[in-house]
Amino acid sequence: MGKEIFLNEGGKGMAPFSYPLVEETAKELYIRALKILPPDVREALKKAYDKETNPTGKETLKTILQNVEVADNQNMLICQDTGLPIYMVKIGSRFPVDGARVASALKEGAKRATLEHPFRGSSTHPVTRVNPQTSVGEGLPIIYWEFVPENDYLDILMIPKGSGSENMSAMKMFIPADGIAAVKKFVIDTVLQSGANPCPPGVIGVGIGGTADLVGKLAKEAIARPVGSHNHDPFFAKMEDELYEAINSLGFGPMGLGGAVSTLAVHIEWAYTHITLNPVAVNTQCWPARRARAKIYPDGKVEYGF
Amino acid sequence: MGFEGKVKAEVKVKTKAKAKIKGQVKTINHYIIRMEKEMATYHLMTPLTEDVVRKLYVRDAVFLNGTIFGIRDLTQIRIFHHKTDPPVSLQGAACIHTAPSLKKVGDRWEKICVGTTTSGRMDRFTPGLMEKYGVRAIIGKGGQYQASLEAMKMFGGCYLAIVGGAAALETNQIVEVEKVYWEDIHPEALYQFKVKDFGPLTVAMDSHGNHLYYEVRAEAEKRLPEIYKRLGITT
Repeated sequence: MGKEIFLNEGGKGMAPFSYPLVEETAKELYIRALKILPPDVREALKKAYDKETNPTGKETLKTILQNVEVADNQNMLICQDTGLPIYMVKIGSRFPVDGARVASALKEGAKRATLEHPFRGSSTHPVTRVNPQTSVGEGLPIIYWEFVPENDYLDILMIPKGSGSENMSAMKMFIPADGIAAVKKFVIDTVLQSGANPCPPGVIGVGIGGTADLVGKLAKEAIARPVGSHNHDPFFAKMEDELYEAINSLGFGPMGLGGAVSTLAVHIEWAYTHITLNPVAVNTQCWPARRARAKIYPDGKVEYGF
Repeated sequence: MGFEGKVKAEVKVKTKAKAKIKGQVKTINHYIIRMEKEMATYHLMTPLTEDVVRKLYVRDAVFLNGTIFGIRDLTQIRIFHHKTDPPVSLQGAACIHTAPSLKKVGDRWEKICVGTTTSGRMDRFTPGLMEKYGVRAIIGKGGQYQASLEAMKMFGGCYLAIVGGAAALETNQIVEVEKVYWEDIHPEALYQFKVKDFGPLTVAMDSHGNHLYYEVRAEAEKRLPEIYKRLGITT
């Protein structure tokens, strides 16, 4: 694990970049994310096991590690909640691509993963609650676009987001006078309210600033980062450590049954906001902090990683 | 299901009273060490009897063998809102808040991936399951609330916490999908699973009124003022 795997070496005899290739990659990414836990998450879980002193907590982490091993050895899904598919796409400026066709390829890929693997689809009409068993539908998959100068490839990060943790997410529009203290309190209180529900110890993603919609997206980007990485800004990096220490002091422990490890990491992403705004969002990620990445090059080479 | 519940305790069971009499719990570390010594591990056969369930205390570990029943929101909405008795006896049953991914091959159901869903949503049904149908254990994640705890005290029931998200392991411990009742509401039907060494499950709510999630929460709230202070939060 952890090594980048070259599935399609490209070069001679290989088909160059195509939209069916994006579709195939989108399908493969969904399945890989559900089965192969990123190396940083494994490492964090092992460290958590070493650190945990509460016997119930330790037993819980042991079971978690066993589960990851079983999934590896038997090519199984880590968790039955295959989630809602999220694709975070970065388009390099030296890689001209038709975004609309990429979008439809991602949707078709997510659908095919669900039907062809097969696994449970969770996408549901919000009112009729009818589930097409495809993982997609109106507005799904969720796709975020970013444009990166210089890059000559298409970078796709896939996140299957489970509901146990997503249900515990929250956002609030504070006023500037509330300051950063209110933001920190909101994070702690949200974790306290979540209790055992989001399958701790996972990643607490925090968005700060922007607008009501952007702050939620920032929190989502925060949980998408490798576990334990820090924000580039020293102020927020320090706040990540502070909140990490504070949340682990709560004593919730693995699966909320008590213990020293309540979270693997706190990640903050932030943006400038309006002079009158002070928004904060918490996106909770469960211990199987699943993600899979692919880079697709113009010659048709696909590089898988995390 | 005529066979009796069987219990094999690997360690002596602690009682709440004993823990109180000791009264030597001064620091968290001491507390943990004491728990480590006195936590019991049980290997239980289903169906469960009241005697067996009343031996369980929070923090004990349980492994189940025999049959467990998979239930979910719609299963229980059918039982209680639509007043439809389950087509199979749930006397002494362990019911899991299940999230099943199964496929039907001919007449048989095969497992793809079976996991556990959040129990909080189904709190309202547990008292009825215990009182009316004789269910003795709810397996789930996240725990349930006061009404369920009262029912567990009154009828001799317990809540067994599974490790959420560990569906690969859980699927392996399910030997077979024996039967699916009410197929029309799959994946929220009533499932009968044959299980082997199903666990570890942690007793998180017992028949003596102990509630591990409440205890953990109370402890967290006790620590909160100090945590706020460290973060520069004034309340």
